[in-house]
Amino acid sequence: MYYVKRVIALVPLLLVISLIAFVLVRVAPGGPFDRERAPASPEVERALKARYHLDQPIWKQYLIYLGNLARADLGPSMKYRHHSVNDIVKQALPATLMLGALSFGFALGFGIPLGFITAARKGHWEDYGGSLVALLGICIPAFVIGPVLVMIFAIKLKWFPVGLWGSPMHAVLPTLALGLFYGGRVARLMREGMLGVLSEPYITTARAKGLAERTVLFKHAFRPAILPVVSYAGPMLADLLTGSFVIENLFQIPGIGVFMVNSSLNKDYTMIVGLVILYAVLLLVLNLVVDFLYSRLDPQVKYE
Amino acid sequence: MRPRLKSLLIAWLAGWALLTTGCGGREQPADIVIINGAEPESLDPQIISGQPELRVVSALFEGLTRFNAKTGDPEPALASHWEISTNGLVYTFHVRTNIAWSTGEPIVASDFVRSWLRVLKPETASDYVGILFYLKNAEKFFNGEIKDPDAVGVHAIDDRTLRVELNSPTAFFLSLCAFPTYVVVPMDVIDARGDNWIRTKPLKTSGAYTLDFWRINDRIRIRRNPRYWDNANTQNNIVDLLPITSATTALNLYLDGQADIVWDKNLVPVHLMDVLRKRPDFHTFDYLGAYFVRFNVTKKPFDDPRVRKAFALAIDRNRIVERITRGGEKPAETLVPLSTANYLPAEGLKTNPEEARRLLADAGYPGGKGFPAVEYLLNAGTSANADEKVAVELQAMWRDVLGVEVGLKPMEWKTYLAALTALDYDLARSSWIADYNDPNTFLDMFLSNNGNNRTGWKDPHYDELVHQANATVDLHKRAEIFREAETYLLRYAAPIGTIYSYAGFNYYDPKKITGIYDNPIDQHPINTIKKLK
Repeated sequence: MYYVKRVIALVPLLLVISLIAFVLVRVAPGGPFDRERAPASPEVERALKARYHLDQPIWKQYLIYLGNLARADLGPSMKYRHHSVNDIVKQALPATLMLGALSFGFALGFGIPLGFITAARKGHWEDYGGSLVALLGICIPAFVIGPVLVMIFAIKLKWFPVGLWGSPMHAVLPTLALGLFYGGRVARLMREGMLGVLSEPYITTARAKGLAERTVLFKHAFRPAILPVVSYAGPMLADLLTGSFVIENLFQIPGIGVFMVNSSLNKDYTMIVGLVILYAVLLLVLNLVVDFLYSRLDPQVKYE
Repeated sequence: MRPRLKSLLIAWLAGWALLTTGCGGREQPADIVIINGAEPESLDPQIISGQPELRVVSALFEGLTRFNAKTGDPEPALASHWEISTNGLVYTFHVRTNIAWSTGEPIVASDFVRSWLRVLKPETASDYVGILFYLKNAEKFFNGEIKDPDAVGVHAIDDRTLRVELNSPTAFFLSLCAFPTYVVVPMDVIDARGDNWIRTKPLKTSGAYTLDFWRINDRIRIRRNPRYWDNANTQNNIVDLLPITSATTALNLYLDGQADIVWDKNLVPVHLMDVLRKRPDFHTFDYLGAYFVRFNVTKKPFDDPRVRKAFALAIDRNRIVERITRGGEKPAETLVPLSTANYLPAEGLKTNPEEARRLLADAGYPGGKGFPAVEYLLNAGTSANADEKVAVELQAMWRDVLGVEVGLKPMEWKTYLAALTALDYDLARSSWIADYNDPNTFLDMFLSNNGNNRTGWKDPHYDELVHQANATVDLHKRAEIFREAETYLLRYAAPIGTIYSYAGFNYYDPKKITGIYDNPIDQHPINTIKKLK
């Protein structure tokens, strides 16, 4: 029942988000039809604006937009005249989802063990080494890591292609470049979580009872320690699934992340609002999933 | 944990396989892969306005003439020959007998009439409709002053003969006929499908290629059209055009062998220019484009021509092309690039610091004293181009020579254009690329009523000269009048300060790729390009 209520509550929230995005893009200076070449006459501009209802008052435009939205139609792109926003999302989302899922897997697969080990071996070389790696992952931005990876593994060693998309080999470098930052964050969260849990009295009790360190770490510490990672995983997945402008641009991946940035530069109103809604839906739904997982992992958490 | 991780990994790989096979799986490799610059906004020849669009569209649709691969001059295409009346006002085109759409139906003269009239309808919203206003009554028809399409100067005499009447003898009309706005488009498909006709499958084309697919942000694939009249000379079967805007990525893909040709001037990283220019596969050539500064003549202090001239005289153009752009650009004292056809160079303003200081003092600002705060508007954000560096250099020149501190006002592209159009600036970075090889493409920009003027400068004398030139049949005489007009523009009124004319760039390995030639309009028909095995 609780989750049904949560889902229903998403609707007004999405409406507010779409309204804000809708108004903001129209208030910003410059418009989709400002071009280097001036239109031949005001007539041309009027015709274009009429086609996209931009000649109507803004509330009316929004109502038309909502009408289309109700039919899951995000409208026509104002930049790419022969493509609807739905078209573009449909074409571009698979690559981004794939890359996002791979990076998500990499971030967890890399970050959780790393955080676990650094916490379990606190104060030893594994801790220092591992923490340094995690820290580097967080500190070095993707636009530095990406080109460095390309230079070493694609141009020098020729192990992987420098860009484009289409085979598992194409995905390796972008996955690393995108996932390292998140992997570092996950490792830090996991380490903090473990250290917190390991100082709890019940762990001391378990150790005092003579349980093997393995059992203490894996059976008693791991589950509560991973909770911060789980709550971070929701927004992280949303982040990854909506794509990264830097990575997609660098590796020439036909994903949605490029559109996130370019549509606002192009003042492609419908595209911007469509992507904002898409991102909001992903974020809200994933938050819901996280809450659900949370209640499963931690019996103390109950939602009314 | 372990087995669970393993199963997750298997799930990802399975998901991957599903996704890739779902999207068509393995594709046939293309004969030639070209990195083409920005993603085309449209492939409708009568809508497009950008270079990346133009290059793709020219492969799909053709007009009465086409650009020669070597020279960039117009040559017979769908028309085999033509006659021009002695007053230069009437063109009679003879359409080839063996031409057909890619779907098999014949192309006839009336197809041109219907295609051109489509451009002239305001609801088509063609950015380039103005390029058809050379036709008799075209502008009036577009503005609704004339309702009868028969009054417009294009008529099919029979299936093979097209009669075109012009307002004035237009020296570059045959070049216009090769321009995408003038191509023949399948009106039956357009009538049936409306604005989205370009996405019908198979697309009915009139050029050397058909459209295989267009995956936005991924690639456009074109395939040889066996029904093209000159199919025997098409040198390749499948060509992929990749939309890439990152100069570094383009270079990486090229060096990695995943692309054969890179041909957009924005795809050359400025910081690598010195290294790249030494490579044998890097080609640079004169390109008909002008880089200049616009002054807003409607606002103080640039309402005073002495101030504008002082700013123009203070620009050291050599320093900019030698120290910043470094790609073979030519310092320009004229707006019209020197390699333009039918052109006699005007007398522009040479760099002259003393004269600049004198003029500024005359205008009431000796040594820059009392000069109001002004800002230089520029477009910002694209890392590859040199605009920001040029701006800083100009700022230093104006400071050193005139003692004036100019602020910089970077804006993103669309906002920059809006500010320029609204005359909401003091002075601004500007550029213009020729639509056709003739001085008019640059000089008509500053006519009083031209929407691309964007300086607020209006002068009946200049208008008169440009109109007079365009009414002149004799090419030499015409060039002389244009020279007078341009000299007047640059020396007397100076609503702009010239900086340099562009260089075009592309890279390809001449040992592997043939059929690309340097020409001043940077047009490289795809059907002549061949990859040597």
